[in-house]
Amino acid sequence: MTAPVAAPARRIEWRSATIAKVIEETSTVRTLILDVPGWPGHRAGQHVDVRLTAEDGYQTQRSYSIASAPEDARVALTIERLREGEVSSYLCGEVHEGDRFELRGPIGGYFVWDVSERGPLLLVAGGSGIVPLMAMLRHRAAALADTKARRALPARLLYSSRRWSDVIYRAELERLAAGDDDVLQVRHTITREPPPQWNGFHRRIDRAMLAEVSWPPAERPRIFICGPTPLVEFAATELSALGHDSALIKTERFGPTGAT
Amino acid sequence: MSLISRGFRGRRPADAQRQSLPPGQYETRDFPVLSAGPTPHTPLAKWDFTIRDVHGKLARWNWDELNALPRTRLTTDIHCVTKWSKFGTNWEGVSIDTLLVEAAKRGLNPAPHTMAVCDGGYTTNVPLADLTDGKGMVAFIYEGAPLPPEHGGPARLLVPHLYFWKSAKWVRELRLMERDQAGFWESLGYHIYGDPWREQRYTGDP
Repeated sequence: MTAPVAAPARRIEWRSATIAKVIEETSTVRTLILDVPGWPGHRAGQHVDVRLTAEDGYQTQRSYSIASAPEDARVALTIERLREGEVSSYLCGEVHEGDRFELRGPIGGYFVWDVSERGPLLLVAGGSGIVPLMAMLRHRAAALADTKARRALPARLLYSSRRWSDVIYRAELERLAAGDDDVLQVRHTITREPPPQWNGFHRRIDRAMLAEVSWPPAERPRIFICGPTPLVEFAATELSALGHDSALIKTERFGPTGAT
Repeated sequence: MSLISRGFRGRRPADAQRQSLPPGQYETRDFPVLSAGPTPHTPLAKWDFTIRDVHGKLARWNWDELNALPRTRLTTDIHCVTKWSKFGTNWEGVSIDTLLVEAAKRGLNPAPHTMAVCDGGYTTNVPLADLTDGKGMVAFIYEGAPLPPEHGGPARLLVPHLYFWKSAKWVRELRLMERDQAGFWESLGYHIYGDPWREQRYTGDP
């Protein structure tokens, strides 16, 4: 895929973001709802760069996926606190409503989805890899107002978490699925300690699970996979082996090789 | 003047590291994986590498032929546009200089621009001058071992003075071009050249 060099576009400028609301999602994950004056809008799946500046002028940057739908007035970032995370420990700790930092975006034009794309939507998430996929589900719910429209664009999410208490957006996912007559199916797999009377999956994502959850390749689902590298690497390879067109499998990974 | 983030202190890198870090980057000891789609797995028996000139003339090497060419080694820092930098990585492969000499013997002519074309459909554009004089190679050994598939094995382009998306994984062809063209990420909002020291991350960055 190549294209002629376009005329220079305008620079993606740094903007001031003010924290309007903080939502504690799990013990290690937090959502920051941001007011960003002049925000140009985004597509579900895109991310932003965040820049923090200390009083002595020291700066550092990180990238975070956008969790909110394009239809939302405010930009939401959902951030997982990483061990020794220079930026995540600040954003998941120190900050509160009214605090400000800089961000620029939206960034990324490939790992994106909107309702104009045909074909069912298959999402595979591991841990905080749910974040850009949640933007897609929120967009689907906001853009397709009635059940008929949603029925034409079914969606399935396979979401792997260590524990039930680690599941991000759990209540909202239940609500979205319940309000959607099974046109949105959310399937959890809990790899460590499942809750009592658990009847969902209780193992790492494997080929049988992917085959059970996904549509047949002939339906040409649009597939988005996001999570730790080994999960993404495995799921993408297996879905491809099950016959899904590689061009329809889009991936985003975090963490080093071999991390869990 | 940038906005101060209340209470943010951060972890400043040591001075030596700081001088090795391009603006906006931080050091990682891991080797993160970033790919837009599934990892291709082309068997070595079917693998080859091609240089194509603007007239469509080809110079092609299969895996054994490429491995028989003189090797080059490089210890270098690498810088990913997603902000991580990794210091002192060790690579081995065949330099683009060597490949161009071999290609010239087969009647191919150079051109000022190139497009790296990869298994899986990925492309990225690099000026030829950024690949010659020891600046670029087709790398297939990383830290003394065969390059793992998720990091671009069997072979990737290595052009470490540019952001690492230019070091195309699973490279199969270097297409010489008279005029610059945008590759995959360059068509999707990323900078056409990608110099980390000038922080050329996205389209429109200076």
